[in-house]
Amino acid sequence: MKKRIIAFVATIGMALALIVAPAQAAKEIRIGFIAPMTGIFAQIGKDMTNGFKMYLEQNKGMMGPVKVKFIHEDSTGKPSVNRQKAIKLIKRDKVHFFVGGLLASTGYALGAVADRYKTLYISPVPAGDDMTQRRAPKYFVRSGFTSSQGAHPLADYAYDKGYRRIVAVGQDYAFGYEYIGGFQRQFEKRGGKIIKKIWVKLGTKDFGPYLPQISKTADAVVVLAVGPSSLAFPKQYRAAGFKLPLLGGITAADEFTLPSMGDEAIGYVTAGQYSAALNTDKNNAFVKEYQSRYGKMASYYSETTYTTAMWIHKTLEKIKWNPDDTKGFIREFKNVRITDAPRGPLYIGSHGNVVQNIYIREVVRVPGDRLGLGVKTNSLWNKVIKTYPAVSQFYKFSPEEFLKQPVYSKSFPGCKFCE
Amino acid sequence: MGSIQERKHVYLVMGLFCALALVTPYLDLFLQQLLSEILVFGLLAMSLDILLGFTGLASLGHAAYFGVASYAAAIVMTKKSWVITYSIYNGASEAGLGIFFLFFVGVLVAFIFSVFFGYLAIRAKDVYFLMITLSLAMVVWGLAYRWSAVTEGDNGIIISERPTLLGIELSDGLAFFYFALVVFLLCLGVLYLIVQSPFGKTLVGIREREERMEMLGYNVWLHKYLAFIIAGTFSGVAGVMWTLHNMFVSPSDVELITSAEALFMVALGGPATLIGPLIGAAIIRSLQQLVSIYVERWPLILGSIYIFTIMLSRLYGVDGILGFAKKFRRSSAVSENSDKLN
Repeated sequence: MKKRIIAFVATIGMALALIVAPAQAAKEIRIGFIAPMTGIFAQIGKDMTNGFKMYLEQNKGMMGPVKVKFIHEDSTGKPSVNRQKAIKLIKRDKVHFFVGGLLASTGYALGAVADRYKTLYISPVPAGDDMTQRRAPKYFVRSGFTSSQGAHPLADYAYDKGYRRIVAVGQDYAFGYEYIGGFQRQFEKRGGKIIKKIWVKLGTKDFGPYLPQISKTADAVVVLAVGPSSLAFPKQYRAAGFKLPLLGGITAADEFTLPSMGDEAIGYVTAGQYSAALNTDKNNAFVKEYQSRYGKMASYYSETTYTTAMWIHKTLEKIKWNPDDTKGFIREFKNVRITDAPRGPLYIGSHGNVVQNIYIREVVRVPGDRLGLGVKTNSLWNKVIKTYPAVSQFYKFSPEEFLKQPVYSKSFPGCKFCE
Repeated sequence: MGSIQERKHVYLVMGLFCALALVTPYLDLFLQQLLSEILVFGLLAMSLDILLGFTGLASLGHAAYFGVASYAAAIVMTKKSWVITYSIYNGASEAGLGIFFLFFVGVLVAFIFSVFFGYLAIRAKDVYFLMITLSLAMVVWGLAYRWSAVTEGDNGIIISERPTLLGIELSDGLAFFYFALVVFLLCLGVLYLIVQSPFGKTLVGIREREERMEMLGYNVWLHKYLAFIIAGTFSGVAGVMWTLHNMFVSPSDVELITSAEALFMVALGGPATLIGPLIGAAIIRSLQQLVSIYVERWPLILGSIYIFTIMLSRLYGVDGILGFAKKFRRSSAVSENSDKLN
């Protein structure tokens, strides 16, 4: 009996030890970080965390005189878990703000939490267009991009290249609709035609049923694939005998998929705000250090969180290192100009989205060891072939004109020229 | 049935709930919200217990009824273009009755779905039943994911404000906890009466020996069907609670993992006990929310707990934690008349 009581008391004690909130130090900023560390998005979550941590380690855990307390939470990639973790960070750890999230859906969910608890949310990755357009939360800033931001310049590039009739293959969810929608709007504004839109289920690895729908008379194919679909598409596309040039969104051929791709990817032209092959001193140093620390190629996920940390640092400096000044933080975050981020110059434009360079990247094989990184020879890189400088989320449209339209979806823009 | 034993259990459970209600105001807001969440999922698992524990039907699609109810509540609250439901909801909200309307709609939808799905599924047995319930639940998931004009698809529905309950603000975490506790206890009471009734005893009989019950002249099919509907309807209550608690609904709430988790909660806490699933829910949810703070590989711990539970039940015939407690008590008090415990 006695033993049981002791065991009972011990269990309660352990539970209490878990519950007791951590003590607070004098001058510190508490930053919550939410990324998937388990589940199918774990690798991406790791890249996100690595980028942020690398900046903190480079600065020995300090931002000026302020000590950074980095509180990391596993979101498993699900929107509702993200929400719960954010509330935990706000209520229990009393964070000054939280950073993270991955899918567009998590972005919207986290934005609602931020407004409800009046705690700032900084979004480095979730790219839902409406977060900085029609449904912008108040306690929110973005250091990443909007889904369609890279799609508008890609459409210009495609038109200038002489393509007029294009087949679009998009992943069947918000990110896919917004990317393909943005591409179509700009492309058709210039006078091109999207002659077919094919929506592919998220996570598709077998494109057999979709490939025959691609007309061989088209000039090119534009693809927005994510994760396993990105890897499978070019392989099966080439195997089916297609010779049409391939265009794609940022995730269609990124630093995640390139190491696992082969010759089929060569010539794949994609648009995005970052490429590990971007040849600037800042980026070369970043890629090199990332490679030596974590043994893999830097991706836009690690770049964007790294830059976010830098951005937070600069903002804090502007508000005299007072992390409690949330209003000032949001104001100054939008005023700071970042000149030395790996991806290039950045600042917040109208409606709170990042204005940044969009790079048109072509997959090439670079024999030898680029930058002496220890990457295996003959590796694939996203060579930057054209830069569209300072692209805003509205591209060449005026914000008013842009916002009059509904957000890009499966039904907007409609398929006027579909065959 | 040992009625004294039974009464003792009821007092014990009531005492524990009172203690919980007294302690909660002293916890931090995060833990209060975790407790509300545990109550919501405890309710979901408890409703599944009617099927799994008492009737012996393992459903892998229980999140469907949970999901349709939470979607129904969320849609009623946010869909302004559906004038009829939205205006009724608004009118009811002004009178402080908004929550009752949400429960009415959510539970009704869950009821309709379980009437329809149950009719299709109940004919099958064992693994076939599992497969049918799973595929029906996937239909609901598909609806939530694809019918984006109504469900907002992958983005989910965000609710900005909780309705008041007869003028009482529920936006505060503690108030909502008490609300969740009351709803949970009401459902527990009703389900307890159901399982104690002759109807409930018949369900146990069907679980133990279906052929014999049929021989005795019971309409086995109808009993199973009714159990299915009861389970689905109460899971609808949990669904509405989830919408109110989380203020966000997305397809991931409806997917297979939620169904499987509910199944695990029942198995872990102890099937056919009603209160066991709540313990299972408490363990699984706290692991996800608390242990994940300290251990990065927390799914390993969760996994080992599952394996441990299954091994226990396989090797020693012990069902879940409550089953273990029962066995433990029995072995430490040999002199007690043990066959009364079952």
